Amino acid sequence: MKRFIGLLQKEFLHIFRDVRTIMILFGMPVVQILIFGYVIKNEVSEVDIAVLDYSRDETTIALKNKLEASGYFNILYELQSPKEIHEHFKEGKIKEVIVFPKGFSEKLTQGKSPSVQLILDATDPNYAQIVGQYTEAICLDFGLQESQIISQSSGISIQNRMFFNEKMESSYLFVPGTMAFILMLLSALMSSVSIAREKEFGSMEILLVSPLKPIQVVLGKVMPYVILAFANAVSVILVGNLVFGVPIEGSMLLLMLASVIFVFTALALGIMISTISNNQLTAMMMSMFVLMLPTMLLSGFIFPIENMPVFLQWLSTIIPARWYLDIIKIIMLKGGGMAFIWQQLLILIGMFVVFIGISVKNYKIRLE
Amino acid sequence: MTNDKIIIVKDMLKKFGDFVANDHLNFDVHRGEIFGFLGANGAGKTTAMKILTGLSKPSSGEITVAGYDVYKSGDTIKRNIGYMSQKFSLYEDLTIAENIRLFGGIYGLSRKEIKKRSAKILTQLGIEDMANKLVGSLPLGWKQKIAFSVAIVHDPAIVFLDEPTSGVDPITRRQFWDLIYDAAQRGITIFVTTHYMDEAEYCDRVAILVDGKMIALDSPQQMKKAYKKQNMNDVFVELARGKRFFEKAPNNK
Repeated sequence: MKRFIGLLQKEFLHIFRDVRTIMILFGMPVVQILIFGYVIKNEVSEVDIAVLDYSRDETTIALKNKLEASGYFNILYELQSPKEIHEHFKEGKIKEVIVFPKGFSEKLTQGKSPSVQLILDATDPNYAQIVGQYTEAICLDFGLQESQIISQSSGISIQNRMFFNEKMESSYLFVPGTMAFILMLLSALMSSVSIAREKEFGSMEILLVSPLKPIQVVLGKVMPYVILAFANAVSVILVGNLVFGVPIEGSMLLLMLASVIFVFTALALGIMISTISNNQLTAMMMSMFVLMLPTMLLSGFIFPIENMPVFLQWLSTIIPARWYLDIIKIIMLKGGGMAFIWQQLLILIGMFVVFIGISVKNYKIRLE
Repeated sequence: MTNDKIIIVKDMLKKFGDFVANDHLNFDVHRGEIFGFLGANGAGKTTAMKILTGLSKPSSGEITVAGYDVYKSGDTIKRNIGYMSQKFSLYEDLTIAENIRLFGGIYGLSRKEIKKRSAKILTQLGIEDMANKLVGSLPLGWKQKIAFSVAIVHDPAIVFLDEPTSGVDPITRRQFWDLIYDAAQRGITIFVTTHYMDEAEYCDRVAILVDGKMIALDSPQQMKKAYKKQNMNDVFVELARGKRFFEKAPNNK
């Protein structure tokens, strides 16, 4: 045990002597979550639009006011003719044109539903879709109010309620996603690189010739990263909670337990990578391509898994972060307990066992 | 009889697929001697040393190190040996004192003992004032001297040195060998691989490896006498060339 502690101390010295590592370890998580939280937003605000109003009556004016008052839209131009639509789109300043037909107010008072045309700049299709949906929602809401006041005739109206994320805040998705990403990066990348470094410099041999058991050597290398990854998980949760208001509905203890299991899975993956790479560069490249990109793209962090082609959906099941993301969403946003996450936890534990098994096998082959 | 034979190797074979790295090696190393393993790169020196230190497993053969069987008592052997490899000298981002403390700790020395031995090493090398310097800032020759001192910090029965002086000039090599003699005098058996022929002269006995086979084993004096050469370099060239010629001859018809 005393031997092992010496090894741990040494690993911490390595980490703290290397300023670049420190910056990556402690700076990156916070920077990343702030970047994801502030920059990547799915909600819209102050979108510049134009209006082509053939009616110009009090109803359309009221609707325009409502659009602007919502804070989502900013009416930049009142167009006079349809010819201008194209020009303004080409100019690129506006993202949407709303066309009100003639006799808007009369139709509404007669109980007929007047139609509103939305023309969108779909060079960015996702964004256009979101803008369209927001406009639609405001118009529907407006129509409902007006028709209730005027004619009491109520049609069928659809009211959406977004459970677990009422305000559709994208940070609710990015905080759990960033957590998964950070923990994966720190645990797998840093541990695989640090083991590969010992191999590259030949110091691994010295440690393996010593009375330390191979398992002690490996634990001595990865333990510090468990502790650091954990500290980072806590800081990401805190930033998410305090800065972006992401709730923690479920048990903090369960969240921590799940995080520890995920960290161990990621570490096992890092160890596995280190058994097949002989230097730091290889370890880093492998971690990047094997871990980082799939974690970003296939875990459901940025793109919803349900929208992927079946093959990629199938591929996503072997990405540890997918299951962890599932777990933290359930715990943080839905307040779910063990009953809802045990399957995902078991999958992570299963992955851990497989990765460690492969590592041990690789290690034995190297001995023979 | 086995008492003064600290390493016994019988019929050691190591294959990597079809490639034979160690072809049925047979040799003994006596307690307290400086035993040299001589050969070009790829002759199988490092492979043999890896087997003796437990880093690699032999394909077959009987091997005893420090009185223990390598198959059964690998862990006991590890406590009784020291090792210094060609690639690595020390952790560059740790200070000299920290390196000594780390390896002292790994070999189970008490804190008090580590302190005592650190002081001794620093005095012996005349670098008392450099204890808190990062190893990375030192010249290679110094790193190697400190690395050797660290490799024997726990007073092992045998220390294995895998090309310990590669990359330094002959004068620094000579200084390094002073440390080796000193350790040998304290009763530590030295097993050293090298491809520097001047180092071969410093050994008590030398084994010469060519393409995985041991083609000679004797003291440098006897070898020089037997082959009527001035120095080990000429002996080696003669032996290596002879071996190659002999091997190729049947195919040249």
